Amino acid sequence: MTDLLIPLLLLGVSVYALSKKQDVYSALLQGGRDGLKLIFTIAPALVVLLTAVHMLRASGALEMLCQWLRPFAASVGIPAEILPLLLLRPFSGSAALAVGADIMSVYGVESLIGRTAAIVLGSTETTFYTISVYFGAVNIKKTRYAIPAALIADLTGFLVGCLTARLL
Amino acid sequence: MMGIVWCIMLLLSVMAAIFQGNLGVLTPSALEGAASAVTLCISLAGALCLWSGVAKVMEQAGLIEKLGRLLRPIFRRLFPKASQNKTALGYLTANISANLLGLGNAATPMGIAAIRQMYSGGTSASDEMCLLIVMNSASIQLLPTTVAAVRSSLGAAAPFDVLPAVWLTSVCSVCMGIAAAKLLRRWF
Repeated sequence: MTDLLIPLLLLGVSVYALSKKQDVYSALLQGGRDGLKLIFTIAPALVVLLTAVHMLRASGALEMLCQWLRPFAASVGIPAEILPLLLLRPFSGSAALAVGADIMSVYGVESLIGRTAAIVLGSTETTFYTISVYFGAVNIKKTRYAIPAALIADLTGFLVGCLTARLL
Repeated sequence: MMGIVWCIMLLLSVMAAIFQGNLGVLTPSALEGAASAVTLCISLAGALCLWSGVAKVMEQAGLIEKLGRLLRPIFRRLFPKASQNKTALGYLTANISANLLGLGNAATPMGIAAIRQMYSGGTSASDEMCLLIVMNSASIQLLPTTVAAVRSSLGAAAPFDVLPAVWLTSVCSVCMGIAAAKLLRRWF
């Protein structure tokens, strides 16, 4: 079903637009030009974000943070093994996926820890990436409460994910 | 606030590197990170270009406006201002639908089109923009295909058997995000 989704969507939209006597081809090109301009608008924000993420990972700061957070995590039911995944999740989608896949293969994909990693990965998003891209596209500098509210959503996802992994 | 986040990340990195005596890794990793962002942009460019084109076709054919009518009853409460603008409402709906279907690459240009419609000058985020960000940063996928692919490649017998847990977790996280946004808007 998922194999058909995108081809059918492309076909359906194009045929519908043609039937409405729209110039499909020039609309595709015009939109595409906007899309490419968008890449240039969001690139600087991603450079800043990923520079910091790579420094954080290479410096060993992540391991230190995991050590500090270990007792706190244990008290709210988060297994210490998935802490690196939780810390990376809001910052980098590809890093979180790599760490998550690693956790699943080390502890077993069907183990409680492996399932918890999968649930957390599937039910959360890369918060700071989203914020950088969306606010980067319009000229927003004061993000107000977007970051704390989104992080509260992430934290809820982490806590509930650890719980549902055990119960469902 | 992104400035503060950036400073904290740098401070933690430098402190950790000094503490563990591996200051030499910082410079190469910073440059590597910057380069990887550009690589990411290039790998995203094709999909973003294509989906922005499709979005334009949908807008011109009136499909975006039609789509907007579908979720109007829900969005009228969450986004009272944006839902008065038919194009903004349509793009909001397209953004959420693409997220639900797991089409992350399509969701981004739709969401950005929505936020551009909501933007009315200034440098400060409106309440509705913050809500859109929160809904996009809390995942609301029906089929988490990437995670299922990783699980099946590692030999999981039923890669989608985590679905009920993923759905329940997503719903809790989105609802909590919306509640937090509504609560926090008093102080920010």
